[in-house]
Amino acid sequence: MQRITIDPITRLEGHGKIEIFLDPDGNVANTYFQIPELRGFEQFCVGRPVEEMPVLTGRICGVCPEAHHMAAAKAADAVYHVELPRTAAKLRELLYSAFYVTDHATHFYALGGPDFVMGPDAPVAERNILGVIHKVGLEIGGKVINARKAGHTVIEMIGGRKVHPCTSIPGGLSKGITVEQRDEILAMGKWAIEFAQFSLKLFADIVLGNKAYVDLILGDAYTHRTYSMGMVDENNKVNFYDGKVSVVDPEGKRLGKYAPSEYTDWIAERVEPWTYLKFPYLKKVGWKGFTDGKESGVYTATPLSRLNAADGMATPLAQAEYEKFYATLGGKPVHQRLATHWARLIELLYAAERWVELATDPEIASDNFRAIPTATPTEGVGIVEAPRGTLTHHYWTDARGVVTKVNLIVGTTNNYAPITMSIKKAAESFIKRGVVVSEGILNRVEMAFRAYDPCFGCATHSLPGQMPLEVTVRDARGNVVEVLKQFCD
Amino acid sequence: MSKNGKPKFAMYWAAACGGCEIAVLNINEGILDVDANFDVVFWPVAMDAKYKDVEAMPDKSITLTLFNGAIRNDENAHIAQMLRAKSQVLVAFGACACEGGIPGLGNLSSKQQILDTAFSTISTDNPKELRPQTTFKMPEGALHIPTMYETVKSLDQVVPVDYYIPGCPPESNQIAAVVGLVIKALKGEAQLPPAGAVIGASQSTVCDECKRTRGEKTITQFTRMATFQPREDQCLLEQGILCSGMATRSGCDARCPVANMPCVGCYGPAPDVIDQGARMMSAVASVVDSKDPAEIEKIMRGVVDPTGTFYRFGMPRSLMRHAKG
Repeated sequence: MQRITIDPITRLEGHGKIEIFLDPDGNVANTYFQIPELRGFEQFCVGRPVEEMPVLTGRICGVCPEAHHMAAAKAADAVYHVELPRTAAKLRELLYSAFYVTDHATHFYALGGPDFVMGPDAPVAERNILGVIHKVGLEIGGKVINARKAGHTVIEMIGGRKVHPCTSIPGGLSKGITVEQRDEILAMGKWAIEFAQFSLKLFADIVLGNKAYVDLILGDAYTHRTYSMGMVDENNKVNFYDGKVSVVDPEGKRLGKYAPSEYTDWIAERVEPWTYLKFPYLKKVGWKGFTDGKESGVYTATPLSRLNAADGMATPLAQAEYEKFYATLGGKPVHQRLATHWARLIELLYAAERWVELATDPEIASDNFRAIPTATPTEGVGIVEAPRGTLTHHYWTDARGVVTKVNLIVGTTNNYAPITMSIKKAAESFIKRGVVVSEGILNRVEMAFRAYDPCFGCATHSLPGQMPLEVTVRDARGNVVEVLKQFCD
Repeated sequence: MSKNGKPKFAMYWAAACGGCEIAVLNINEGILDVDANFDVVFWPVAMDAKYKDVEAMPDKSITLTLFNGAIRNDENAHIAQMLRAKSQVLVAFGACACEGGIPGLGNLSSKQQILDTAFSTISTDNPKELRPQTTFKMPEGALHIPTMYETVKSLDQVVPVDYYIPGCPPESNQIAAVVGLVIKALKGEAQLPPAGAVIGASQSTVCDECKRTRGEKTITQFTRMATFQPREDQCLLEQGILCSGMATRSGCDARCPVANMPCVGCYGPAPDVIDQGARMMSAVASVVDSKDPAEIEKIMRGVVDPTGTFYRFGMPRSLMRHAKG
């Protein structure tokens, strides 16, 4: 059987690798997306004091350590049965909102956006952040750098460090913020709202104003009708830091909502022996393979799925954009994966508005940032929405608060099955009877990946905004027939 | 030298989290200096990756390679060996490459324990008790994934290393200073430090950089951040918190103590300290204020995780290297 190997040299924990097998007619028989690395946090965190978990698990991902830091801190709060003072919860959410602005902005401008702003058919050398700056003006580059800087400034003020924050501990934080810091944070937040609005306008002008782009978004090549997952507050509005996890079916009907402590009733993870990563699915629906539809337990956890799983946004400007989103795309739910880029910008606006709300809160600079735990520690679950999906940390400890068992379901992992499906669909669209449409498949696979902002695509951190791919076409004996490369000069 | 006459630069991540790369990007406009002075030939996170192109390069043709991440599997080791051969100067960049880092805590368990735990958690649906196979035959053909090593290794346990830049991640101002120094050295305007040196850090301990007031350290009870709120102006160790500042190299401006959290030791052993954990243990033992063996034992029971606390970032390169098993 003919085989095609795609080796994107970027990763979740290591490098992702795609194998495409062709049937005797030369059509796609099957695709495999492999994650070749495991570091073993679930094992080596055993024996550690539970208050160390926010610092240790941050090292799962240096791209979104804030997400692990928060999920771990919430799990440790639950282990100690401690209620957070209001200021503590608000400070953590403020840090987290600023992080979302940074993360989503970088993704849109450096990675996802160039496909649209420059167009999917633009020359490779222009389809990057520099090309975007060239097209829409130099000052936009300054804005993106400023958004990144502002977010990191807030992360450092509250979290103590720019990369790998350290201040969240059971019961709250190790320190608060001063009134002067609050004022600085507020000023940056107001600017962040303007930046988010500017970004949405840019998207509306360049993408929504162009019929070809809208057709691309609405086309079938990037559509998967799966379940959608996302955290919501008590009013069923999108929330990144706290609430219940909502799940809606492919028709948009709510299957239910679960509290963090109930996640094992909802999620199970399938094991395949050819990869180091597991495939989560909805336990209530069951695993039916890599397939769409209401009967398949495959679900998605992305900005798009979060909008689908909620009833709206909790802030006014983002809510208006939310309504426009569904009105434009033909109602809820939306399954076209490329719409995730738009959804991400709506979340960016929400995060900026929430940043300002929290920075304006009269309690935010108070000294009431810590409750000292007094109960005997036992077991606890913490869930936050990482930018790349619902993030679950579950710890068990002995009576001293020393970890005895750990379970982690990490953001991008949620999307392992849908990403696998998107890759297969892209491959099927561009390989027919052995004819490999080289540029097409490389770019389509890349775009399929990028909508999910997978950590192995390493969104924020790709300077030219391109995922390097190498496709090797082999004959049945494994001899190399053809090598296709993108950005491998 | 490249066609454009610029020296070649590479950066690679092995078993790492990506935080080192973010720290490099956080040097902001400094990145432009890298671009202006080097021909970036290999940096998977920031640009096109070209394993095969690197393989095809002559030996020693890359001037500077920053290597981050620990060595967890045969693929990590393979790339390390390749980049060693192709590079004039190979730098162990960040705590994982220098000391093993947080993934190095994996050395307290066997590879089998790590796999068994990951594939039998409460949410794992695995009735056949499957484990990942390095080669697995599917109907369409065989699939391959790298082989995990029994233990995590630091970079210099796999290939010779020229310099070490510590930190988890290294502070961006330190990175910018090193980049500036290398650029000057290439122009003949500065001298590189002797091979084997720790660069991008200082020559003292985190305690020396810490602004908290210090008195006599006499400890009758160890406390933990989980159930204690320390004062923001007094030495954390004096308050009974296990802070690694005494054994840890300076260079971070005591960032965690400034945030009212103990130093976790990410900058590795202080100058002239061979084993960071051993140094911490002797430091801790010396501040225990008792001569009564029973009382000493009672006080020391307050240290609930000595190995994980004292060797948090440095297990693979410590004298112990890994747990017996």
